[in-house]
Amino acid sequence: MKLEDLLYKKSEWLRGTGPKSNIVISARIRLARNLNGFSFFNWAKPKEKEGILNTAKGAIDKSKFMKKSLFLSMKDLTEIDRQFLVERHLMSPEHVIDPEYKGLVIDDKEIVSIMVNEEDHLRIQVLQSGFNIIEAWHMCDEIDTDISNRVTYAFSSKWGYLTACPTNTGTGLRASVMLHLPALVMTNQIGKVFQAISKLGLTMRGFYGEGTEAIGNFFQVSNQLALGHSENDLIDKIGGIVDKLVKREESTRSILMAKNKEEMVDKIWRAYGTLKSARIITSAETIKLLSTIRLGVDLDIVGNVDKIQINELFILTQPAHLQKMEGKLLTPNQRDYKRADLIRERLKGEK
Amino acid sequence: MQCDVCHKREATVHLTEIINNNVSKLHLCEQCAREKSEEMEEHFGLADLLSGLTDLVPVVEKEEIDKDVKCPSCGFTFQNFRKMGRLGCPKCYETFKDQLSPLLRKIHGSENHVGKTPARKELVHDKATLLDDLRARLEKAIQSEEFEEAARLRDQVRAVSKEQKK
Repeated sequence: MKLEDLLYKKSEWLRGTGPKSNIVISARIRLARNLNGFSFFNWAKPKEKEGILNTAKGAIDKSKFMKKSLFLSMKDLTEIDRQFLVERHLMSPEHVIDPEYKGLVIDDKEIVSIMVNEEDHLRIQVLQSGFNIIEAWHMCDEIDTDISNRVTYAFSSKWGYLTACPTNTGTGLRASVMLHLPALVMTNQIGKVFQAISKLGLTMRGFYGEGTEAIGNFFQVSNQLALGHSENDLIDKIGGIVDKLVKREESTRSILMAKNKEEMVDKIWRAYGTLKSARIITSAETIKLLSTIRLGVDLDIVGNVDKIQINELFILTQPAHLQKMEGKLLTPNQRDYKRADLIRERLKGEK
Repeated sequence: MQCDVCHKREATVHLTEIINNNVSKLHLCEQCAREKSEEMEEHFGLADLLSGLTDLVPVVEKEEIDKDVKCPSCGFTFQNFRKMGRLGCPKCYETFKDQLSPLLRKIHGSENHVGKTPARKELVHDKATLLDDLRARLEKAIQSEEFEEAARLRDQVRAVSKEQKK
């Protein structure tokens, strides 16, 4: 497998399948782990960083779960390639900074990805389509156990897994669920949801996680606490909240369709019309309009496009994906032209 | 749309800031956004939030620690943590135990790990805390008359303390 092969492959998490996939885009489990005997990455000396990378890589390479995997050394990649991996949610935006001694291992299905030397020595991630959070946890748990047979993790029986940042100490677990909540946004309920969620020890973030803005009505709900609760409890808690959010979004959608059907249908077809005809379009506008069309597909208003196509466009229209497809660097303006061309072509719109 | 900072280049990055329910929007070009994000990181990074939390550590203790306690394993000081919001190495948890305890409780509402433990448990680095934990579990098992579990724990306590004496 090569990095280039990923470009025209559909990421597993964008397949649009799995439980509640009308509202839940994906579920992700991440475990933060560190090797005993080494400093944390940001404090480590170059020689030590190299040691961590080699030890971690060795342990991952031998894992039965990572047989068909691709190892990428961050410093050997171009800036576009790094951005491309961020856009596919295979690594965090932070992993792009300071590429020396950083690595990424991804399995051939793009479900498992392991960041080596991000803030922690290992960040093991499992990303699945739909509301498959428990399945994702089991998988991540197994991979973690397998790796832990070959390395010694920094662990304290009192404080659990020791991480560079005390906010991850304990289980080192971050469970996140990406939701598409257009109806809650339209009816101004999202503010209340934000408030309620923060009171429950959970957080809500944008499309790319920490520090990113919510675009196109996509929100990521994840746990904030990591210590004092078992992995299962943390995951169950998120699961319970996501269940409620899904029901709320569903009922709001039905109310909107019952009361404002004409406006809804109009809004959705206008979004479709714009995407099919636009000549210049920014990434922000694209995501906003695709979000509206996605709602239209879910509500059986738009029948001639399917969800997979829409999901795919979300990713292909991102800056690094566009530039990789073109095979060259593009200025923001050039990207806006190319993006519009691509969308028209995919939606079989006006030539 | 023009960039709000340089008023020259096209704005491609759009920031929304919400402070006490006041929403402000900022439209930036790529170059100005990069500069701005460095600036913001300096001002509002998680590191700062955390160093805010570390002020909870009583003042006297804080000064003493800040003076010259260095992690024997990696040379990290608590002052460094105050700046970076990240620790130097796993051993720092033992070194700055008295400062981290209240901080962890503040962040997580607890400071006792519940959940998964690594497969290679025998290599857990802090034997003393491990022993405390095993003894507490043993006590609990005896009280609830789970003798099989108690016997297993007793053997484990013996093995760990023998290893510790080496």
